[in-house]
Amino acid sequence: MLAFVLNRCVTMVAMTLALSFVCFFIIQLPPGDVISAYAAELAAMGDTSAHDIADELRARYGLDQPFIVQYLKWIRNILIGDFGHSFNLNMPVADIFASRIGLSLLVESLAIIVLWGFAIPIAIYSAVNRYSVGDYLATVLGFIGIAVPNFLLALLLMYVIYLFTGAATEGLFSAEYANARWSLARIWDFLTHVWIPVLVIATGGAAQVIRTLRANLLDELSKPYVMTARAKGMPENRLVLRYPVRVAMIPLVATVGWVLPTVISSSIVTAIVLNLPTLSPILLRALLSQDMHLAGALILFMGMLTLIGTLISDLLLAWIDPRIRKGMIDG
Amino acid sequence: MVDRTGERLLDTQGASNAGLEGVETQRQLVLRAFRRHKLAVFSLWVLGFLYLVALFAEFLAPHNPHEVNARFTYAPPQVIRFIDTNEDGGWAFRPHVLGYKVEVDPVALRRTFLEDPEAKYYIHFLPEMQRGDERALWGLFQLEHHFVGVDGRREVMFLLGTDRLGRDLFSRLIYGTRVTLSIGLVGIAISLVLGVLIGGSSGYYGGRIDNLIQRIIEFIRSIPPIPLWMGFAAALPRDWSPLQIYFAITIILSLIGWTELARVVRSRFLALKTEDYVSAAWLDGVSDLRTIWRHMLPAFTSHIIATATLAIPGMILAETALSFLGLGLQAPVISWGVLLQEAQNLRALADAPWLLSPGVAIVVTILAMNFLGDGLRDAADPYGENH
Repeated sequence: MLAFVLNRCVTMVAMTLALSFVCFFIIQLPPGDVISAYAAELAAMGDTSAHDIADELRARYGLDQPFIVQYLKWIRNILIGDFGHSFNLNMPVADIFASRIGLSLLVESLAIIVLWGFAIPIAIYSAVNRYSVGDYLATVLGFIGIAVPNFLLALLLMYVIYLFTGAATEGLFSAEYANARWSLARIWDFLTHVWIPVLVIATGGAAQVIRTLRANLLDELSKPYVMTARAKGMPENRLVLRYPVRVAMIPLVATVGWVLPTVISSSIVTAIVLNLPTLSPILLRALLSQDMHLAGALILFMGMLTLIGTLISDLLLAWIDPRIRKGMIDG
Repeated sequence: MVDRTGERLLDTQGASNAGLEGVETQRQLVLRAFRRHKLAVFSLWVLGFLYLVALFAEFLAPHNPHEVNARFTYAPPQVIRFIDTNEDGGWAFRPHVLGYKVEVDPVALRRTFLEDPEAKYYIHFLPEMQRGDERALWGLFQLEHHFVGVDGRREVMFLLGTDRLGRDLFSRLIYGTRVTLSIGLVGIAISLVLGVLIGGSSGYYGGRIDNLIQRIIEFIRSIPPIPLWMGFAAALPRDWSPLQIYFAITIILSLIGWTELARVVRSRFLALKTEDYVSAAWLDGVSDLRTIWRHMLPAFTSHIIATATLAIPGMILAETALSFLGLGLQAPVISWGVLLQEAQNLRALADAPWLLSPGVAIVVTILAMNFLGDGLRDAADPYGENH
């Protein structure tokens, strides 16, 4: 087990490094740099020393050095908690993170809980009652979940709610609670808002989870041990939930690896459409204004979130299933 | 139905004449397995129609998609009426749309469009282009006529309403079909080349190369794609031409899209490597490339086609999402995602819900491609137990 954990952790570190490299590459991609844009702005405002300021800033941030040196500096700064400076918001990137990260994680975790909470019972139902009306309904819903893009679903929900209530549903709080302290009333207000984004984010991944779990379960249900248990007179509910579902769940835990990227991807688009006070609208704004340090740090953060999630799910999986940690089957 | 059974009869007759009863080529088997999948066949027709629309967009659009009509901003969709009645009570089959009557709310200064039963605009086939409306098919052949439309300079036909600038949404949707659907195809073509090359070498050579490529694929798939795409798309230079942006976006999408194809190709390669006929070719001294090209690839082209079809919807959705966010294609290029950008806020939606109609087109396309891909995947292995 120890060897397995170590192996996974090393892979994780390597992947994080690769990810950081990609992020830094993105930061460096736009032609010119932030400083030139900033200097041009200063010059436009009539600042004659713009050129000197630019050179000074460039030296300060090491922009005159080769790519790899800059990259190493960037990594070193991140390790000591300095994520760089957002020129557009004129704030340290770390501060922007701190103010929004909580809500981001909260919405995403809620979405994952809802996703599993809906998908697992539906999948079990449609596998046990194969080819029933409910099964077909689940299949149709699943296909719609795949075919309707998240942003479209968010727009539609927003429009339908507007049609019925005449109220605009944006953000996570009503105006009076936006900057208030947490209280019961604020939590209630939050819950009345958060269900829309959570629902939208959950539908995208749910279709996939239902498909996988249903197929796994169908394989298990036709195995002889199920028939034996049934022949011995075991109640059907207990039979299904106790054995085949548990076996079918194992590969499902492994799918956390792709549920997380899906959830994070769709949460970005959804949060932008619904204008949530999370990190995603900041990412879009940063990218649109080519505020690359902020954007790069955000992409790094979102990627790391999935990598950590995958690591945890791998470790869980190895703990549940000894065949995996012995390297007998792929995780 | 009738001619299909007839065809099958003919097939078996031909086979028995040659003394080969019950023998069908792989192609025939695949085709038959595919035809059994009704939904997939229907989807193929739908997609064929959509690609035809994309091909002849200039000819089919009733209005010029860039034409701005200040008088008709946010005009609602018109309904086509087929029966034309006159004052005497007589009627005739003459398709037409009703013109607009504009009422201005004196307090809010809001305009509402009402139907004007007096103004009947008759729909004609092959009307002449309006003056100033210059369209060339594929940018080559100047068109004198377009498919359907109304006459005159004051008559308008907005089947899906208009947008913020009074541009005809229906015509824009038709033009957007070309960009959106072709991005899927070009993107998948690039992914296919990358996937077959990389996945092929991974499966064929195995060992350390395989290990390295698998780690890279694992890495790419473990990162959420949307932020990565957004990052690359935002870094594109602002002064690039629409065509450059278009290709850059397809390449960005393919950077992630090839991984799934590479996995399929690799697993097929691993399965085929130990087959006798591959060993035979190898022992005969056939070169690596020729073994792959001539002996291994034909064995799983159907699998590749199915996987590629299933990967196109992802590309289309990604392009739409990027353009919707303002990071993908930019106006004046028309794609479905660019069109949906108009519907980005609640105020526009409340005034003009018809702006969501490109969304319907997206959903139909994605569904059809998924069904088609499923059908192809089932048909790709006609020897399986399902057939």
